[in-house]
Amino acid sequence: MSELSNKEKAEWPLWEVFIRSKAGLDHKHVGSLHAADADMAIENARDVYTRRMEGISLWVVESKYVHASNPDDAGSLYDPANDKIYRHPTFYNLPDEVKYM
Amino acid sequence: MDAFKQHFDEKIDKELTIEPKDWMPDEYRKTLIRQISQHAHSEIVGMLPEGNWITRAPSLRRKAVLLAKVQDEAGHGLYLYSAAETLGISRDEMLDQLHTGKAKYSSIFNYPTITWADMGAIGWLVDGAAIMNQVPLCRTSYGPYARAMVRVCKEESFHQRQGFEIMLTLSNGSAIQKKMAQDALNRWWWPSLMMFGPPDAESPHTEQSVRWRIKRFTNDELRQKFVDVTVEQAKVLGLTIPDPELKWNEERGHYDMGPINWDEFWNVVKGNGPCNKQRLDTRRQAWEDGAWVRDAAMAYANKKAARSNKKTAEAA
Ligand SMILES: [Fe+2]
Ligand SMILES: [Fe+2]
Repeated sequence: MSELSNKEKAEWPLWEVFIRSKAGLDHKHVGSLHAADADMAIENARDVYTRRMEGISLWVVESKYVHASNPDDAGSLYDPANDKIYRHPTFYNLPDEVKYM
Repeated sequence: MDAFKQHFDEKIDKELTIEPKDWMPDEYRKTLIRQISQHAHSEIVGMLPEGNWITRAPSLRRKAVLLAKVQDEAGHGLYLYSAAETLGISRDEMLDQLHTGKAKYSSIFNYPTITWADMGAIGWLVDGAAIMNQVPLCRTSYGPYARAMVRVCKEESFHQRQGFEIMLTLSNGSAIQKKMAQDALNRWWWPSLMMFGPPDAESPHTEQSVRWRIKRFTNDELRQKFVDVTVEQAKVLGLTIPDPELKWNEERGHYDMGPINWDEFWNVVKGNGPCNKQRLDTRRQAWEDGAWVRDAAMAYANKKAARSNKKTAEAA
């Protein structure tokens, strides 16, 4: 995400913003923004991404620290999981009399 | 055909989203950068005509609402700039294109806002037209763009409602207030129809963009949709649409409309609208006046980081 942008040095770094929308839920990626440092990134994220009570907690991560898998590798990367259906409970046939399992 | 291109086309056909790291044709990337950055610029420049009335809103309620709306538009610009950045253009590059006049923004914002009723007409018509354009883009093929549009669309509906409410209040007010509302409608109607862009016959890129799901309806389709719903809304206001040829066409199931003055449209696009110069000057001025703030914030952040690095080094 980051290696292509920030061409100009004067530009504030790019940050990825994650919001926890309510207690008990995961933080979810919502977008990005520019800020000089982490404090400013959180303040800006508050103004840009939570104007309507969208969240109760914010994470910001400088985009250059996010490492992503390569979509071209998706085949080989996720393939090993494909033939392991025995990891799912529906793989097992149990008699109908067995309850609560 | 090469495998990358084939894989891309298959994804488009299956209505799957394209994400930043996926392979995409150069032309797709270029078209998206142009479209998204233009859209972002429109949100940002679009704050100016309305900003003109924040300090002069007729009540505290109207002021708070207008302020919130204009702040939303800033947010929309920021969502869209970050979506465009995922395609490999920097924020500064985009701003530079805006400030040098290389990039365009919606021509509607080159018209002046001379009365309070213009705040009503803009919310009702301009945001209304924008919504027509934007809703289909929530399902556009490029993931970051589609997600930004979902956020934008959620926020837009209050914009149109507050504008309509202003028009309704004026229309139900004194004779002078009603006249003011009608005058605003007269001035904003045609430029609003132009917001959908040139007629399909003169819009050469439409076909490719529809194929790529960067565009989901043609300019004329969206314009027709807008006219059909807006004419009915004007009836509620008791105002007259300034088009003597406007007439319900039973056969088509749509309103027929009079010809649009495309010479005026192209003239404004080329920079000769009533406020083109003023809008660009204001943008440039804001950018230049803010330079020291951007530099100071960066210098402060760097100094703070250096200090904390030194502390960690000493502690080790
Ligand atoms: Fe907007
Ligand atoms: Fe809006």
